[in-house]
Amino acid sequence: MQLVHVNGTDKGPVMLYALSTCGWCAKTRELLTDLGVAFDYIYVDLVGPEEQKEVIEAVERVNPSLSFPTVVIGEQTIVGFKEKELREAFT
Amino acid sequence: MSGTEPITAEEVDRLVEQIERDAGVGGYHLHPDADFVRGLVRGLAENERRYGYRSCPCRLSMGTKEADLDIICPCDYRDADLVDHGACYCALYVSADVKAGRTTVGSIPERRPPRAEREKARAGVTATPGVVGSLAFPVWRCSVCGYLCARDAPPLECPICRVGRERFARFI
Ligand code: SF4
Repeated sequence: MQLVHVNGTDKGPVMLYALSTCGWCAKTRELLTDLGVAFDYIYVDLVGPEEQKEVIEAVERVNPSLSFPTVVIGEQTIVGFKEKELREAFT
Repeated sequence: MSGTEPITAEEVDRLVEQIERDAGVGGYHLHPDADFVRGLVRGLAENERRYGYRSCPCRLSMGTKEADLDIICPCDYRDADLVDHGACYCALYVSADVKAGRTTVGSIPERRPPRAEREKARAGVTATPGVVGSLAFPVWRCSVCGYLCARDAPPLECPICRVGRERFARFI
């Protein structure tokens, strides 16, 4: 499992760190898709062990509790399925 | 790294049924949105296949039972989140109010301590030393629901919330 790109309007780098099994992560992915922005996502539970270490460190840098979903929009980090904040980030 | 065959709809159905039954017996409720529940239960089944235990679908498993013990469903944080937020972290379990549609749930903050803190806490855990040296039996506490029992060893299964004996710790 690698980074997956979703096509849409370019609003700068948008990265979704998610788990393939998590309900809130699925809702976040749906919302970003509905908003029509271009973004990348990665299922952190599905990456191989070596790569996972790196990804975990990347998430912990912006969200020390290593929780999912974590969305990084440029300099901004949104932790959890925060529908209002996510919508506002793209208006 | 995913399993060989996808989890079948029947497997999910069976597990939903079982979890719903156990929840009812214990006075717990599942999220009112059946599709949302099925998604999470599928995640639990997937994790059980992957790791050998039902690791929380909304948290990253570290791949060993020892490291994940606190997040095997139902996790150690469920009851506190139900009280504070009306739902567990994944929102698989919800309060009676949420179940009845009187309130809704949103994103729930992660109450599980970060990795480094957990490791420190685990290293330092022992029963309160010598509080009551003269007790006839040690007292064991269920880390999920708080049930206490005084007996030589913890029960095989918690009679209240049904988790396995490995979730018990010596309390006194
Ligand atoms: S009780 Fe809820 S938060 Fe805890 S492991 Fe189960 S689904 Fe996840």
